[in-house]
Amino acid sequence: MSRTVTIEPVTRIEGHAKITIELDDAGKVADSRFHVTEFRGFEKFCIGRSFWEMPGITARVCGICPVSHLLASSKAGDAILGVRTPATAVALRRLMNHGQLVQSHALSFFLLSGPDLVLGMDADPAQRNMVGLIAANPDLVRRGVRLRAFGQQLIRSLGDRSIHPSWAVPGGVRKSLSDEQRSDTLKQLPEMYATVEIALDLMKDVLDKYRDELDAYGDFPSLFMGLVSADGGLEHYDGKLRVIDSDGKILENGANPENYQELIGEAEQNWSYLKFPYYKPLGPEAGMYRVGPLARLNVCDFAGTPKADRELRQFRHYGGHGKPVSGSFYYHYARLIEILFSLERIEEILADEILIDHHIRSQAGVNQNIGIGVSEAPRGTLFHHYKVDDNGILEDVNLIIATGQNNLAMNRTVRQLAERFLSGDKLDQGLLNRLEHGIRVYDPCLSCSTHAAGQLPLQVQLRSAKGELLDQA
Amino acid sequence: MSEQPKKIRLATAWLGGCSGCHMSFLDLDELLIELVEKVDIVYGPLVDCKEFPQDVDICLVEGAVTNVENLELARSIRNNSKLVISFGDCAVTGNVTSMRNRIPVKDLLTAVYHEAQAPIGAESLKFLPALLKKALPLHQAIKVDIYLPGCPPAPERIATAITALLDKQPVNLPPEMRTFG
Repeated sequence: MSRTVTIEPVTRIEGHAKITIELDDAGKVADSRFHVTEFRGFEKFCIGRSFWEMPGITARVCGICPVSHLLASSKAGDAILGVRTPATAVALRRLMNHGQLVQSHALSFFLLSGPDLVLGMDADPAQRNMVGLIAANPDLVRRGVRLRAFGQQLIRSLGDRSIHPSWAVPGGVRKSLSDEQRSDTLKQLPEMYATVEIALDLMKDVLDKYRDELDAYGDFPSLFMGLVSADGGLEHYDGKLRVIDSDGKILENGANPENYQELIGEAEQNWSYLKFPYYKPLGPEAGMYRVGPLARLNVCDFAGTPKADRELRQFRHYGGHGKPVSGSFYYHYARLIEILFSLERIEEILADEILIDHHIRSQAGVNQNIGIGVSEAPRGTLFHHYKVDDNGILEDVNLIIATGQNNLAMNRTVRQLAERFLSGDKLDQGLLNRLEHGIRVYDPCLSCSTHAAGQLPLQVQLRSAKGELLDQA
Repeated sequence: MSEQPKKIRLATAWLGGCSGCHMSFLDLDELLIELVEKVDIVYGPLVDCKEFPQDVDICLVEGAVTNVENLELARSIRNNSKLVISFGDCAVTGNVTSMRNRIPVKDLLTAVYHEAQAPIGAESLKFLPALLKKALPLHQAIKVDIYLPGCPPAPERIATAITALLDKQPVNLPPEMRTFG
């Protein structure tokens, strides 16, 4: 008798979702799905509004990475103005973007996935959360909270608030950084570096501890996509798109982000509000690609800062022979390396004379009717595409969100975990939590990805071939 | 463990919104670590509880009521919580989440999805919650006891409200803490 397993809702992820697994007559996994159950409709309801409002409105797509939307939207606005954005404004935007990478990655590592990594996949679910982690390792949690707070504080220093700052605008930014804010931020850096070092040590213990099951958390060949700088380095604000295959061969190099529609197609399924983007030249099956920290570290030639580059060299060993690192569990490790990189970049930018210039915003009207803005959000490449009339009123809006681009890979990961750990028709806690952790490694942000569509806590149901509910959690 | 006075049972819920209010809650930073010593967080995006528990003392609800699942959860929250707080502008007014309200649901979905496999129609509703015709502020779905506005409410507001409640005092926010946006 075949049956279906459903996990609902998936918890400790940033959104609303469920997982279903169908078993065949022999009790083997026949199909598995990761459903996103939230729909919001930004792409439609923004039509008719002014592009000047879009940074403020689209920041509300996501409370975790509002800065990514703020920047992608402002950059789309820059393109509509068609003027050069002052270099000081660009440096300040990069600074805020790094603040956000730090806070978002710290949230994922310490508060959302930390309980699984430190307490164990089989820990009591009543304890397997931030509170349980405080009891087990208060120093680690305090450090994680302070690291996240450092990133949020940097955003607040620039934009007056940490969430939904109205700061970046088409043409530049509204405010610079004061000397006090600059020196306050610099003073905190040593503690933050120390925290990342501790987390990196912990990460290596975790990789060792989970050695025997690591390859079940989404280890499969796929493409990877991300921005790289002009010289091939790790990049989060600007640059060109690069796509590599599972052997590390470069399929696209130096692609202009404005041509994203030639690279990315979007499939749909009637069981999820989240679309399924794929690499167009290879089609929906072979075109599965991953984005985000793991992808960015795989596609870049180097990081470009000393500490992050040293760590990146160790990271590459997990791929081997010039191949990309293929296991999604390594997203955790990649996140820590990116925090390190962002801290180093923050230090560099704060020391840069360029911040002193008072030109931070270029004023202009509508000079182009199409604007495409791109940025690397914590979870991957983000595109905002606007079409406006000559008064700047939006006629068309398309958003391609980072988490959506990992949708195919998240579905594949759920299947891989189910095939490895599911036995019989009972859902035990260890299995359920592993399935959920398979989603957490991607740190999906479902409020974001369902911008146009839906929400994700996870739900699991086990159903027979006839559709009867056998078990659920 | 020895007998201790019963800890306050605090829940947080996330309906149709961006999670920014929850992020602002996390911006309590180290205060948060002190808070979890005083209260039990029994439900919310940070803990692994799948069903809304019974006997909750305080529930902070972020987001507007935008689909049938939100509506069910809102009712369950009301039935099981002593105090329900509309947490942030989407819960208080509908805010950005309700910007879709002027557009019929079918038009919204067909504008976003174009393929034959689009998640529209009866088949999809086996897997996905149906959208309500309009995204509603929380008080149009259930009775609300306290309103905490802001997009998101600043951490200072959240701290002020929660501190008062833990001291069993009414929540009297000063005027500057009662703003939207």
